[in-house]
Amino acid sequence: MSKKELGLALLLVVIGGITAALNPLFLSGVNLLNMANLIGLFGIFAIGQGLIIITGGIDLSVGSMFALLGVVLVDLLVNFELFWPLAVLATIGIGLALGLLHGLLVTRLKLQPFVVTLCGLLIYRGIARYYTQDSTSGFGYAGDIDTVSWLASGRSFGIPNPFIIMVVVAIIMAVVLHRTVFGRYLYAVGRNEEAARHSGINTDAVITGAYLLGGALAGLAGVLLVFYTSSVSPSSFGSFYELYAIAAAVLGGCSLRGGEGSILGIVLGTVLLQILQNLVNILGIPSSLNFAVMGGVILLGVIADQQLGQRKQRIQLSRAQGHAPAE
Amino acid sequence: MAPLLELEGIGKTYPGVRALDGVSLHLDRGEILGLIGENGAGKSTLMKVLGGVVPPSEGTLRIDGQVQESWDVPAATRAGIAFVHQELSLFDNLDVAGNVLFGREPLRGGLLRLVDRRATREKVAPILQRLGADFTPDTPVAELSIAQRQLVEIARALAAEARIIILDEPTSSLTLSETARLLTVVKELRADGVGLIYITHRLGEIVDCADRVVCLRDGKMVGALRREDIAHGTMIRLMIGRELRSLYAPPANPPGEGGLAVRGLVTTAFPGSAVDLHIRPGEILGLAGLVGAGRTSLARTLFGIDLPLAGEVRLDGKPLTLRGPRDAVAAGIYLAPEDRKKAGLVLDMPITENVTLASAPDYTRGGLMVHRLERSAAEKQRQGLRIKAPNCSVRAGTLSGGNQQKVVLGKWLSMAPRVILFDEPTRGIDVGAKGEIYALMRALSDRGVAILMISSDMEEVLGVSDRIVVMHEGRISGGLDRAGFSEQAVLRLAIGSRHEAEEAHA
Repeated sequence: MSKKELGLALLLVVIGGITAALNPLFLSGVNLLNMANLIGLFGIFAIGQGLIIITGGIDLSVGSMFALLGVVLVDLLVNFELFWPLAVLATIGIGLALGLLHGLLVTRLKLQPFVVTLCGLLIYRGIARYYTQDSTSGFGYAGDIDTVSWLASGRSFGIPNPFIIMVVVAIIMAVVLHRTVFGRYLYAVGRNEEAARHSGINTDAVITGAYLLGGALAGLAGVLLVFYTSSVSPSSFGSFYELYAIAAAVLGGCSLRGGEGSILGIVLGTVLLQILQNLVNILGIPSSLNFAVMGGVILLGVIADQQLGQRKQRIQLSRAQGHAPAE
Repeated sequence: MAPLLELEGIGKTYPGVRALDGVSLHLDRGEILGLIGENGAGKSTLMKVLGGVVPPSEGTLRIDGQVQESWDVPAATRAGIAFVHQELSLFDNLDVAGNVLFGREPLRGGLLRLVDRRATREKVAPILQRLGADFTPDTPVAELSIAQRQLVEIARALAAEARIIILDEPTSSLTLSETARLLTVVKELRADGVGLIYITHRLGEIVDCADRVVCLRDGKMVGALRREDIAHGTMIRLMIGRELRSLYAPPANPPGEGGLAVRGLVTTAFPGSAVDLHIRPGEILGLAGLVGAGRTSLARTLFGIDLPLAGEVRLDGKPLTLRGPRDAVAAGIYLAPEDRKKAGLVLDMPITENVTLASAPDYTRGGLMVHRLERSAAEKQRQGLRIKAPNCSVRAGTLSGGNQQKVVLGKWLSMAPRVILFDEPTRGIDVGAKGEIYALMRALSDRGVAILMISSDMEEVLGVSDRIVVMHEGRISGGLDRAGFSEQAVLRLAIGSRHEAEEAHA
């Protein structure tokens, strides 16, 4: 665990401790399970977002993608009565395909990730709303969805399944990011794409890979979200979720300049965000202040991190010069 | 009357480096002072001090005899100091007038502070006329040639009523006729009483226009020449402090067969010219030429970054298809790029990860990276190349230029090099480390690696290469064997005259 992650974990404990002291309900079983569920849901796509941010990109389309995928999933299950594993795979597949599209637009046409995914944000939401004529779709009396519904929103050993899935995803992605060649390339591309290219790395493939993973994880999270809310209103489903994901990644140590961040950090960032959300409710702070609290904490976190980072750099520099005064 | 500008005992110390040491010079009105010195001699630092960008560690600066206590950029501007840089610093999204009066735009509309476009044009037009410019104040800068942009820079200096203009390698990207016109302008400015400091590597221009020459070497002022003493020979002696030092270490074996053979290669930079070249294993081939002659694009094409328009590249007789750096790296053709920080290294990554970046899959077991293997590979390079760093987890960005170059080399040496293309291998590296880099190049070539060394440093080209080819405007203008090495021969080929030069051996 790096110092950054340790600091974040410490912050979590402090904020959690204060909240618990002010209102013991914070540590009640129901509340913890509810938070774990949300952490699972948000953590999965925050990890995808983090991977993209590490390459120096960004994905603004996640929330709209949820609306589109949600609409499609409900339609496949309810109207087409598709066997649920196929429907789930198709949904994740669409997420993957949209990720691929983003990746290709960014690498082949050299468009800016911000612009590409901003257009995605507008387009996917629009399609979802048009497709359903803006009406909320739900499962109603759909047939055989008990199994998938349990998988996506039930509990195993008393732990919400989304949380378990998120932990599994996090472990896999941590190995991918921190131990594989692809992970090394992600960092290299994010820090200095040109040098990576000059080292013979297929940087376009690496970047596209990050968007692919981001799309697939968004697809998975989309499926879980649909079963969490059990209905999809295309105009609001998943709204602003891309910002939660970006916020979690940034809180967790990802730099929007790319090349920095860790899976553990992103997960801790998600946890912190959910605790903040929860704290607003549980401490009776007007819920209209929700966003303001979140924004304030992120700002403070980033400022603190910046200051500490600069100090560390100064120390490193003087140390390096001490060791190697001249050539 | 006191001199326009006087520097006395200027020194500048960076951590570990004495960039300037007791430099004194003076400049009078209506005088062109040539400032010469090798790369890294301290010219840029001196100019940065003069422009107020970098505060000197010691020394005094006088303008019109007045000692300047606090010297910074605004003070330098107030004193009438203006720069014409080698890297042009114009806004190409604005027109000429907008650039010339940038930051000093005539305003109208009171508090609205609107730019008075008409007044702008009226102010700029006479300046352009004085410079003999063939464009108008309304011309967008994006449409101008490099020579015309240079004139815009000078116009900017004049608009600021500069009394001291510093020209830093103003002609490095100009053609001969453009250079001649620039020199005319420079002389006219002198006649108007402006003091000019003219920095260049092209000694011929100094002979042509300078009234006096001062020379920097290793941060010290090593000599001055009066008008009548200015000549190539005297200047070179001052710059290098002796007759050309012998850097040359002969190869252990005669060059081998095979290597990299290039036939009819057309790069995107010069669609009209084809390049033939043969780099043999066990030899260091120097590639000389003026800036912009197409040397870097040749290297980029051979490394697969730019795609060739035509031509053939063979490695040991087998044709190569280069669709990207990946193909080049796979074939064992490596590039140590001119801009190390941008293209050679990931500065934020530790030495270890930089060394293994191009061969990361070699350090995996079961698909996972094994840090222990990486570390030992990097450690081997650190010791072998004598990279000055406490250990391999130090970020590459904290190292000095020479050590950064060694990390780039370490990346390639940890693999299987067949051909290494060095683009300006010692730019920005100080003298001691240069020698080490040369020795490493020779050791590599003795191991049978074919080496191409692009260099603008004459001493380096003549001192390190086994053979030299020279490029001029996208084509090989000639080649020289060691017996035929001379600065004059290289320069003649670089400016495009084939006279007395042998044909390229490729």
